[in-house]
Amino acid sequence: MTKQFLFDGQPVEFEDGQTILEAARAAGHYIPHLCWHPDFPPHGSCKLCIVKAGGRHVSSCALPAREGMEVESNTPEMNAERRALLQMLFVEGNHFCPSCEKSGNCQLQALAYELEMATARFNHFFPDRPVDASHPDVLLDFNRCIFCELCVRASRDVDGKSVFALTDRGIHKHLVVNAESGRLGDTDFSVDDRAANICPVGVILRKRVGFALPIGSRKYDGAAISVVAMKEGE
Amino acid sequence: MDKPKLRVATTSLAGCFGCHMSLLDIDEHLFELVGRVAFDRSPLTDIKHCGPCDIGLIEGGVCNSENVHVLREFRRNCKTLVAVGACAITGGLPAQRNHLDLGACLQQVYRFRDDIEDAAVPDDPELPLLLDKVYPVHEVVRIDYFIPGCPPSGEAIWKFLGDLIAGRTPRLGHALLRFD
Repeated sequence: MTKQFLFDGQPVEFEDGQTILEAARAAGHYIPHLCWHPDFPPHGSCKLCIVKAGGRHVSSCALPAREGMEVESNTPEMNAERRALLQMLFVEGNHFCPSCEKSGNCQLQALAYELEMATARFNHFFPDRPVDASHPDVLLDFNRCIFCELCVRASRDVDGKSVFALTDRGIHKHLVVNAESGRLGDTDFSVDDRAANICPVGVILRKRVGFALPIGSRKYDGAAISVVAMKEGE
Repeated sequence: MDKPKLRVATTSLAGCFGCHMSLLDIDEHLFELVGRVAFDRSPLTDIKHCGPCDIGLIEGGVCNSENVHVLREFRRNCKTLVAVGACAITGGLPAQRNHLDLGACLQQVYRFRDDIEDAAVPDDPELPLLLDKVYPVHEVVRIDYFIPGCPPSGEAIWKFLGDLIAGRTPRLGHALLRFD
């Protein structure tokens, strides 16, 4: 007999070893996420996929599903926590959407729409994070980094180049480039690398294609991220 | 008997008046709007100071001392204060100076130039003092509602005002909630 748990009151089947998030998605239930990607092991850093299981807050991308578990995800309480996490991400960096090439295709922005975040609520940090335009084909805009480590993981585990890393702790944490100069232009990074095409926000940008898609035809212009992500398996 | 008209005040602080243009973009709904509200202080009326109002619409962030005075005047007089647009909500374009030193910024803009003789940073006492940073309005006064967008579409503004005037909790919904 297949094993089941309850997801927002509905039975969801799972196989041993599947996480809550994987099993829920297989059953057609979207759970918001930023640092999780289907091609990579769970990272558990963004906490957007937080759910309540057995009365406790857990990262659904990392916790294996268990028989008879009761999971709450799309509830006002969980969505309010997710919204607060988004608000903290927005004030911690410089997320000036009107000037960002990624606007309309950005998962952070799309999740803010999904969770109806109209304001960042907290005081903005306005950190000083200079950009790196040294690479001929790729621009790095650190202002928008949310420390999901997807580029770090892709570059290390798929491309075998280890171009990126996060350094320092807490509020001083930031993305660095693995070159003596610290500049992307001095690495073997290529625009065709997996790491060049995985950033959920607007940090790693291909040059000379910005704003090519008009407003209205961008990824999240028509449909919410909860619809797009399930359709495209992201 | 007709209901008394709601009083609405609007202002642009460190903004570009794009959000006000968007308000005008509600087209024929303007007739409906002026049937239900009367404008107090606003660029549309040229009234210089805000009296007691039901709704205050703030465009733009807070970049100088005059912006602070105007914003506080609005907060004192408006029952419901609304931040309209990216600059009011996040600081927006003017806030792109926030990671730069203000003094260096002023020198670069006004002093180090070849096209003006005796170039200097303007210091007329009439000019409001610039703040160290450009602040979103909610970091200076309490804000009741936020309409994001650069600018928010006329539709978004009309949906919001329609809800508020009718006494419903304003909600833009997914289609009208945009940050760009």
